[in-house]
Amino acid sequence: MRRLLLGAAAPFALAALPAGAQEVDHSTHQTPAKAAEAEPQDHSAHGDAAQEQEDHSAHGDAASSAAQDHSDHMMDHGGHHMAPARPADPDQEEPGNAPSPPVPADHAADAVFGAAAMRGSRADLASMGRWRGSALIVNRLEVVPDSPETGYAWDLTAWTGGDIDRLVIASEGEGHFGGMVESAEVAAKWRHALDPYANLELGLRRDFRPEPSRTYALAGIEALLPYWIHAEAQLLLSNKGDLHARLGAEHDWRLAGPLVLNLEAETDIAFQDVRELGIQAGIEKIEAGARLRYEIRPEFAPYVGVSWERAYGSAIPGSAEPGDRGRGFAAVVGIRAFF
Amino acid sequence: MSLLDRRAVLRQSGYLAAGLATASAFPTWAQSGTGGAGEGVTQLNIAPFHWRVGKRSLHHAVAVNGTVPAPLIRLKEGEVARIAVSNALKEQTSIHWHGVLLPFQMDGVPGVSFPGIDPGQTFNYEFPVVHPGTYWYHSHSGMQEAVGLYGPLIIDPAGPDPIQSDREHVLILADWSPMHPHEQVRRLKIAAGYFNRRKQDLAGLLAGRDQSQKERLEWAAMRMDPTDISDVTGFTYSYLINGQDTAANWTGLFAPGERVRLRVINASSMTNFNLRIPGLPITVVAADANRVLPVEVDELQIAIAETYDLIVTPSEDRAYGVIAEAIDRSGLVRATLAPRLGMAAEVPPLRQRPLLKMRDMGMDMDGMDMGHGGEIDLSKPVNSDMGSHSMDMRDPKAAPEVPLSPAVATLSPQRINRLADVPTGLEDAGHRVLTYAQLRSAVPNPDARTPSRRIDLHLTANMERYMWSIDGKTISEGAERIPFRLGERVRLNLINDTMMPHPIHLHGHFFELVTGAKGSRPVKHTVNVLPGGTVPIDLTADAEGDWAFHCHMLLHMHEGMMRVVTVRRESGAAS
Repeated sequence: MRRLLLGAAAPFALAALPAGAQEVDHSTHQTPAKAAEAEPQDHSAHGDAAQEQEDHSAHGDAASSAAQDHSDHMMDHGGHHMAPARPADPDQEEPGNAPSPPVPADHAADAVFGAAAMRGSRADLASMGRWRGSALIVNRLEVVPDSPETGYAWDLTAWTGGDIDRLVIASEGEGHFGGMVESAEVAAKWRHALDPYANLELGLRRDFRPEPSRTYALAGIEALLPYWIHAEAQLLLSNKGDLHARLGAEHDWRLAGPLVLNLEAETDIAFQDVRELGIQAGIEKIEAGARLRYEIRPEFAPYVGVSWERAYGSAIPGSAEPGDRGRGFAAVVGIRAFF
Repeated sequence: MSLLDRRAVLRQSGYLAAGLATASAFPTWAQSGTGGAGEGVTQLNIAPFHWRVGKRSLHHAVAVNGTVPAPLIRLKEGEVARIAVSNALKEQTSIHWHGVLLPFQMDGVPGVSFPGIDPGQTFNYEFPVVHPGTYWYHSHSGMQEAVGLYGPLIIDPAGPDPIQSDREHVLILADWSPMHPHEQVRRLKIAAGYFNRRKQDLAGLLAGRDQSQKERLEWAAMRMDPTDISDVTGFTYSYLINGQDTAANWTGLFAPGERVRLRVINASSMTNFNLRIPGLPITVVAADANRVLPVEVDELQIAIAETYDLIVTPSEDRAYGVIAEAIDRSGLVRATLAPRLGMAAEVPPLRQRPLLKMRDMGMDMDGMDMGHGGEIDLSKPVNSDMGSHSMDMRDPKAAPEVPLSPAVATLSPQRINRLADVPTGLEDAGHRVLTYAQLRSAVPNPDARTPSRRIDLHLTANMERYMWSIDGKTISEGAERIPFRLGERVRLNLINDTMMPHPIHLHGHFFELVTGAKGSRPVKHTVNVLPGGTVPIDLTADAEGDWAFHCHMLLHMHEGMMRVVTVRRESGAAS
């Protein structure tokens, strides 16, 4: 409140100064030489700035002086920070409150060119702001130089649509060269913007590996959270009736220019045992990674990093120890890109 | 001088080879060594063009009469302009005469003022020429303006020009990218800040550059990037003066001691420029074709679609650099004013990139500094209950008329009239910088009436999704036209709820910036609304018809920051 009062008082304080006094202050700051002879009517022809402003402020315009005063300070090379000036507007008038006229039903150009001639371009205009496009985003495409066999992993998203609604196809999985694909899932989702930063996702996910394959109905939220954290949360209900959740978060930490450290973590949670897949109720899997990428261009960035993975659950064929599997730490090399 | 003669001269003078290779692609007024702006044309042929700048090229460009920029059109107050525009493209085109007062059906906006010019067709523009000054023209179809379809338009006064000069040059500032603007939009939708290659980083923090750790966390908590000054940057752009980059070095001639008038037009699609001529004070004598009381400055920001007439008096026999630096400082272009060809002014290094401040979010955190007599906050907080330091960036009370859809990420909590603010990045320039509040009309404002009503218009966005709108809506979402009564006096309060500047342009009208100098307010057709700030403008709706009203950042307009306004006789009124 005090601030407002001060604010309101200031223009009058300024206006109260006699024009001459303002002028004195003015001239002490002004570096360019003023024209010796002021000829107001001839001003634009010779265009001496100082002369003009002098002439102007002689009419006692507080705003002009304030503005000029401001620019004078800008000329001080002393480096003190100038708080930007506001228009002091002693004559600021409040507009009335006349009602708005109705929006006309007709279009002015129709009367000149005819409605038929205008139809095509008016339809184009009516689409102003409607955007449609698509993209393929390679979030991760990497090899895992693990012994004895080199592994690989992918995480891809393709979308098409507009700002609010998009069709999304997403796939992720991993395997070993020369071996089986160990996990492979493909999801088709409708992505709908809920607010500036969050999207609703509804769709189906098909897990081709591990076998037996499963199809899930998927509902989730993905969002950009404060501190630039990308997060997602999904609920998945399989065609066998088992319920799962997936939670993930990701953050890009820019180290130096094009060098970015991506930190991410994801966990799958089962709400019941799923014997065929060797899953016990509770945490199924935790995966985390740190990938250091170099953005040759924003859409093409090779990276190196480490990923860590741990799975929990009962023994499944081929697993060494019941209740504890997963590869632990592994180095990764890959590409992040979009097209 | 014929083109061949000119080439010979260029060669003799040891002019850059790069300039020679491209000289034929420029209209006479834009060629290096031009003595002045010269005569205009009345026939425009729009055709596909392969546009090369340096070693890069844009295949799907558009040229007028075979050149980019387009030829000069030079009209005289009092005459009737007759300009034939032929379309040799495979798509529709149009020409809009930016800022020119004319009947709406000659304004050249497809779907608003006329049907557009179809392939193979010619449209004959014909309108009375009423208001002298420096203007420009450009396509209003698709993104053609970004791929070359822009040129200068000068209207000479019927009598002697009150702005006297010994010589004049036209300087068209522009940005150029080999990437089509549609692809620019797509990349910005995929990755917000795609073209910003100078975000804050850990190295900067450790070196004590940029924001402190505390500030960085505060901004990150709001998902705000203080380095997000321009959407499309020098990462892809080359910056041009008269179609020529720094290497090509457009050169305008002068004789030492001459009073030289520079008609500067920012025809960029996405770049606001800071313009300076090191060693030469600049006297601003007109803005947007309206004469102002001369103001001497060292630098001015020229927003997209604005025009300024500047007077310089180079007295020495040397080259002076005209430096147009993109406001995000990701690039610049140097042209040269020289007493003869073959001289090149120094190219200054890019200055440190600016950072946005809380003020650019519509938060007045600077505090009061009464010592300078300038810090006067007449704008009340949106809601007095909020106190003066609300941090809520999306309080519905800040704009009850704006639906809080995904298209609206922020609403400025404390609207600040920024007409007297030094524009973004020039706060600490260390020399005299033009502000809008310094501009005073050289002729009295014609309409002294108090506006009968006020319209608040919110410039809204979600920069993360790259969505742009007015009052949270686009025309495609059914935003209604904004109606005016013919002759009515209205205040438009432009409220920038985003962290980007928006050069807002109203077709068919001039308006006054409510700077506090009633009677001699600056008169413009385009005004740059600084981030988080407001600009009140007073308008006499005296041009009957339908008119476009939009942000002149081409991508913003294309993504929805546009409206149609209607000006009609009140029903029942005598016609």
